[in-house]
Amino acid sequence: MIFSGFKVVKEALNGYKGWGPLWRNPAPKPSYDIVIIGGGGHGLATAYYLAKRYGLSNVAVLEKGWIGSGNAGRNTTIIRSNYLLPGNQPFYELSMKLWENLEQDTNFNSMVSQRGIINLIHSDGQRDAYRRRGNAMMISGAGARLLSRDELRQMVPFLNFDNARFPIKGGLMQERAGTARHDGVVWGYARGADRLGVDIIQNCEVTGFRIENGAVQGVETTRGIIGAGKVGVSVAGSSGKVMGYAGRRLPIESHALQAFVSEGLKPTIPGVITFGAGHFYVSQSDKGGLVFGGDIDGYNSYAQRGGLPVIEDVLEGGMALMPMIGRARLLRAWGGLVDMSMDGSPIIDRTDVDGLYFNGAWNYGGFKATPAAGLTFAHLLATDTPHETATAFRFDRFNRGYVLDEKGVGAQPNLH
Amino acid sequence: MLIPHPLLGLRDAQEFTYLGDASLLNRPDPVAPGAEAAFCDYVFLRDNPAGVHRELWFHEQGDRSWLVVTRNTVTHEILSAELASDVKAGAAQ
Repeated sequence: MIFSGFKVVKEALNGYKGWGPLWRNPAPKPSYDIVIIGGGGHGLATAYYLAKRYGLSNVAVLEKGWIGSGNAGRNTTIIRSNYLLPGNQPFYELSMKLWENLEQDTNFNSMVSQRGIINLIHSDGQRDAYRRRGNAMMISGAGARLLSRDELRQMVPFLNFDNARFPIKGGLMQERAGTARHDGVVWGYARGADRLGVDIIQNCEVTGFRIENGAVQGVETTRGIIGAGKVGVSVAGSSGKVMGYAGRRLPIESHALQAFVSEGLKPTIPGVITFGAGHFYVSQSDKGGLVFGGDIDGYNSYAQRGGLPVIEDVLEGGMALMPMIGRARLLRAWGGLVDMSMDGSPIIDRTDVDGLYFNGAWNYGGFKATPAAGLTFAHLLATDTPHETATAFRFDRFNRGYVLDEKGVGAQPNLH
Repeated sequence: MLIPHPLLGLRDAQEFTYLGDASLLNRPDPVAPGAEAAFCDYVFLRDNPAGVHRELWFHEQGDRSWLVVTRNTVTHEILSAELASDVKAGAAQ
């Protein structure tokens, strides 16, 4: 189905009877060149770029539920490229550039809105650390701006600047950061991939791998065996479970991360504000709801829901940062599963099984990475070599001692 | 979530800090052949099961004992809790 101004007018006059589905709902073929497990943003973006940039369209995306029903539908939709380490920052900046051109590329309204992100500063030491990070961001072309307390007061006057424990002394801003519409991203990639010939197969859960002589031959699913030349696993949150079918252990623990949304309000928060010291960050959706979150629950979980202690912690952080939030009513709280890795950074790599490839370990950061993870995973699947911005995301970085630990807390997943 | 402490009874999980998989009790022998690879597995790789998981919790705001808690990671149901010192002593026999 094609969108155009003419079509919008025509359908408006015709009772919207002519809008059809955005993608087909095909039965699985006996085999494909490439099978991607996981119909989230990453899996669909991978299929889209495989077809669009690498000319490979004999591809299937297998999704156990409906597309975008996992972490793609459970995150807080923030996009940014404000990392420090040389192995990370160029990758996220590639992602930001792809976000900036996403709607032109897929011809689908993903509601990318570059309204800026501000990381708050509470001490001289933190200002030094953020100035350094800002320099790293500028080197990568991402741009950064160090805000004084007075500038910040003008931009976000509703914050509690004189909190006794964490007085606000300034902020680091990335003006190109912002938010996107999570469903719009999933649907845009799904429609784009489908139009290029990719089969999107929903309600098809992978239950095992066919591996012979160390090479993958296909996958066992709830809809039968599907042969595959190559298999890409892109199921962050359930990575341990799916890679367990191939008998592989990962440097990952699965954890529950919660998010929250208030009732719809008039425009009040200009961009994204993060209050790391208080375990709280917030933005406002286009519908007006305040979207916010905090830390993971902190213990291994596959439950897609969290506990009350973290809800209390996040809401206390919100009250400390912006007391006006106490007047808003909480509408919903939900949880998703995140792959917390041993250094807090992702993995996009081959495995020791021929033809089996892995994309996961996204920690808190999978949504913003969606376009670049799709592109670099597609590059790896198509060419068998890592994309130039993803060379640091290898499995063997742990054995070799080249971990990518942005926070420097060591091999303790619940602290990243 | 309440953890059934073997000495103190039901305690709120907020009194505890979480370390991870109880296999961390089985530290490899640093002088054995292949110790480097064994330590790499020990430090970085996890089973990460969806289901029953044995894990280490530290009663930081209580009696400062280490517990091995058996918990279902899908339902968050806690099946048992033992003192880690007892588990370690049992394994050594």
